[in-house]
Amino acid sequence: MRTNFLFGAVVLVLASGVACRQDMHDQPKYIPLRPTDFFADGRSERQLIDGTVARGHLNDDAVYFDGKTADGKAVEQFPFPVTKDVILRGQTRYNVYCAPCHDRLGEGNGMVVRRGYRHPPSYHIGRLRQAADGYIFDVITNGFGAMPDYAAQIPVRDRWTIVAYVRALQLSHNASVNDVPADARGQLDHPTPVPGGEK
Amino acid sequence: MAQIFHHSTNTFARITIFGAVFILAFLGWAFDTLNRSAYSTRATQPREQPVPFSHAHHVGAIGIDCRYCHTTVETSGFANIPPTKTCMNCHSQIWLTSPTLEPVRASFRTGESIRWTRVNDLPDFVYFNHSIHVNKGVGCESCHGRVDQMPLTWQENSLQMEWCLNCHRNPEKYVRPREFITKMGYQPDGDQDTIGRQLVKEYGIQDARTLTSCSICHR
Repeated sequence: MRTNFLFGAVVLVLASGVACRQDMHDQPKYIPLRPTDFFADGRSERQLIDGTVARGHLNDDAVYFDGKTADGKAVEQFPFPVTKDVILRGQTRYNVYCAPCHDRLGEGNGMVVRRGYRHPPSYHIGRLRQAADGYIFDVITNGFGAMPDYAAQIPVRDRWTIVAYVRALQLSHNASVNDVPADARGQLDHPTPVPGGEK
Repeated sequence: MAQIFHHSTNTFARITIFGAVFILAFLGWAFDTLNRSAYSTRATQPREQPVPFSHAHHVGAIGIDCRYCHTTVETSGFANIPPTKTCMNCHSQIWLTSPTLEPVRASFRTGESIRWTRVNDLPDFVYFNHSIHVNKGVGCESCHGRVDQMPLTWQENSLQMEWCLNCHRNPEKYVRPREFITKMGYQPDGDQDTIGRQLVKEYGIQDARTLTSCSICHR
């Protein structure tokens, strides 16, 4: 009886030692960004071969995906209706991806510029106020001058919503009180906080 | 035969038996405390990285939104580590000659990945999904802490199941409106209980019974 008890105790201690293994914690499977020895570059996530088209992603609508008409000109018109929701979505995306350089008003005095990045032009100069919607879309997609491209960071539809918001910013800098609907003028001195606006 | 122990040692034996209860309780307590301690969970310990990236600088001082780099957090289960290209968006012109940033430039030149050290590492049997949390009003800060005050990034919480369940049992105590998801130092505009209950309803957050079901996190 006594030996049985001792034996049991020893087995328990050994078993608890086995439980310290982390096999279930670290399973031999690839979660995102987990490295591998199998491929020379160490990536378990393989990059797409050039020219790969996923089913349903041919993206041959040049107006929507490139902001260009068939003859390669920047489109003048939005590819989908601009609603208030589109502009509000554009506002949040603009504040995330554009405001670090272009600042929240679009004048180009963002924090990154203040730390030494080349100063972008203000959105409120004549050339950019007259630029086509497709031109702004193209600059976001492919970059321009010192500005890098944002194709990888911002999905296509969000880029269009940003274009809409940039248009709204431009309008706001060249508007008079008469452009504000009469019943909304009272809010001018007491602006309602915009979602995501303060941070 | 004479007694080996004096009669008075009986008291000693009784105290020892009584004391064993406390010794066992102490051992239990010590094991439990150690298991939850930062020593065991590695919470609040900054990790070494190939480049000493400072969230305090990029988020706190410059004010860059979390999503500028972690772009997939709203749409994917996995919140991506940004590719080197994202670093180079700014560092192609700023801190151009800094030796600290050489690994970043080298990665951009050669196309080789920077080998960042993972900070928040859940066990592989937990299927955590970022997008569902972000879209239901769990702020980045609620799990990751004040990232804008971390010179080197550390894991803020224990990431133990007990900690997950705190919120899965009472989401109304932690959720915030979606527009403040990435805001650091968020303070509810009013009573958290009232706002929380309203958001739970509005965002369709499921009841505690569903949220604490095993298969919500384990498959």
